[in-house]
Amino acid sequence: MNKNVYIAGIGVISAIGNNVAENLASLKAGNAGMGEMQRLQSSHKGKLPVAEVKLNNEELCKQLNLPAHISRTALLSTVAAKEAIDCSGIHINNYRTGFISANSVGGMDKTEKFFIEFLNDHNSGDLHEVVNHECGAVTEITADHLGIRDFVTTVSTACSSSANSIFLAARLIRQGMLDVVVAGGTDSLTKFTLNGFNTLMILDQEYCQPFDDNRRGLNLGEGAGYMVLVSEKVVESMNKKPIVKITGWANANDAHHQTASSPDGTGNMLAMKGALKKAGLTPSDIDYINLHGTGTSNNDIAEGTAIKTLFEGNYPPVSSTKSFTGHTLGASGAIEAVYSVLAIQEGLLFPNLRFATQMKELPFKPVTELVQKEVKNVMSNSFGFGGNCSSLIFSKL
Amino acid sequence: MFGSPATYTGDKLSCIEPDYTKYVDPKLIRRMSRIIKMGMAAAMETLQQSGIGQPDAIITGTAYGCLADTETFLTRLVEFNEEHLSPTAFIQSTHNTVGAQIALQLGCHNYNNTYVHRGSSFEAAMLDAVSLMQEGEADTVLVGAADEIIEKSHAIIRRFGQYKENGHSSKLFTSGTSGTMAGEGAAFFMLAKQKNENAIAELKDVKTYYKTRRSVANIINNFLMENNVPVEELNLVILGNNGDAKTDAHYNDLAQKIFSGKRLMGYKNYCGEYPTSSAFALWLAVRMIEHGKRLNNETSLKKVLIYNNYKLQYPSLYLLSVC
Repeated sequence: MNKNVYIAGIGVISAIGNNVAENLASLKAGNAGMGEMQRLQSSHKGKLPVAEVKLNNEELCKQLNLPAHISRTALLSTVAAKEAIDCSGIHINNYRTGFISANSVGGMDKTEKFFIEFLNDHNSGDLHEVVNHECGAVTEITADHLGIRDFVTTVSTACSSSANSIFLAARLIRQGMLDVVVAGGTDSLTKFTLNGFNTLMILDQEYCQPFDDNRRGLNLGEGAGYMVLVSEKVVESMNKKPIVKITGWANANDAHHQTASSPDGTGNMLAMKGALKKAGLTPSDIDYINLHGTGTSNNDIAEGTAIKTLFEGNYPPVSSTKSFTGHTLGASGAIEAVYSVLAIQEGLLFPNLRFATQMKELPFKPVTELVQKEVKNVMSNSFGFGGNCSSLIFSKL
Repeated sequence: MFGSPATYTGDKLSCIEPDYTKYVDPKLIRRMSRIIKMGMAAAMETLQQSGIGQPDAIITGTAYGCLADTETFLTRLVEFNEEHLSPTAFIQSTHNTVGAQIALQLGCHNYNNTYVHRGSSFEAAMLDAVSLMQEGEADTVLVGAADEIIEKSHAIIRRFGQYKENGHSSKLFTSGTSGTMAGEGAAFFMLAKQKNENAIAELKDVKTYYKTRRSVANIINNFLMENNVPVEELNLVILGNNGDAKTDAHYNDLAQKIFSGKRLMGYKNYCGEYPTSSAFALWLAVRMIEHGKRLNNETSLKKVLIYNNYKLQYPSLYLLSVC
């Protein structure tokens, strides 16, 4: 079986822009999206910077014509998924179309509001705020809005979730089960996740510095990213042909600890190796790695060590675009997959912002300036709680 | 279980829990919430029976995820105004915790994925497993589902009017009233591409649909036709009716129109209603086929169909045959 799967459209909303064009402009200009908390109502406001999407819920609802009680996670999802479909120009109703989404905490942004009243009295709290709590419920709001029903599902493996939704899409298309899949993921900022990561003491009180020797932790972000993956057959009917295909992917488990990565990055290494094997590429074929690069001490040394071992003597340019968007959790794999496709389409390597000091354990450092060059093969890494490690490879046609 | 099944009154059927020390390191049990323990126990028992120590993939489905840990963290967050929180509940609240803990206990570095799509969470896990085998990326896949009832989620769902006031599990299917009884559970399966000496049944096919416009009768007939199994060949049909008069009409209609004269059974009187209950139905079907193999007589089951349609939005089908 050697069927190609193409990327026909991309969509993204994040702290650095409400669509692909705005995201690309920020990536080129080096404009980061972190700042003081504006929308999220948390007692950590003023102390912990976050990377918020600039549109508020009212603006998002108005743009989409969706009711106001809907989870922000579903609103972000719908904006980016719609953009991806529009970008592809495909009439999805003419094909067997699937929607494979991902998120980490479903409609938690609404549930945590509901819980305040509910804890006082189990008969109080507006049920509208909890009806879409489930991860799958968030996906269905978008799927129903887009009119997709041939296959709809949701992945949740913490921070690697939406990388997994993308490779499932690729596999199901290869196997002929679907012609078109809108795949990606979404997460909005919540007090639940902010406090969760805060208790783990891995949040940076300043703007994060991934892969820096003096890194202090991560900044949380929010957003959504989607891509339209299509079969060979669909491409034949398209006027504007895609120039990027997904060629490799793999998932592996670190099996070390529920939240921490193993020191040598066993899972990370297996995922990258597996993706290369699937794509039929060698390490020297990779022109750019979009790192998971959260900025935590543990992630960056594990990921860096795995790259050091696997790419020895042949280190490709690497960077973490989380230095722009913050860590968008269940959306990060897909947002960074969109950036990887942009790297190929635009012939650009994006900088790793605020980098100052090379990690002493590593023989390489990330790209710190925007670089213009032909990019043929990009690897995108995503690693999550539960040792969940995924790598994707996108290639130029 | 059939001889004298546990009976429940009220609005829920809680799991009968085993001695977890048989399955999990006692030092770890203390920190695990119920859903993790239930999932681990079911997974470990499956591994033991299958004779396969290290699967090529671990795939789980859960609609609600780790509710107890989520609730613990959320409650403390609200009550202590985002202060004095400990990370344990948070790190165990992620939806892939059960699959991750299984991998950790086995030291299994292979593929690991988790699906969280309401009434088709388990079906998505099964589809991924089958697809992974088709892709040549796995020969053996440990696949399962887990969902738990906690007091607070139960109180919330009750407010949506989904449960009976005074239910009785042994009269669930004949109550004639609206609402069902809540359920929970964990069930795991070892799928293998090649039949080994421990194989019990063959999974001929699994399909799931989302809010489809097609008629369910049409879907079922097509499913059987694609598998070359006429209705006459089915020895047993397991249906997902849950005692709610509103939705049971759907299953009764199919019973008359498609499965007239067939041996039919419900299963939610044993496990209650929950989004991944079809995993329990599949476990039940496999156990019944195994029992038939031992008896080896004219009552032994050869082909079994399972049809569940959670909230009438996710029609799902499984076809099993003895092997």
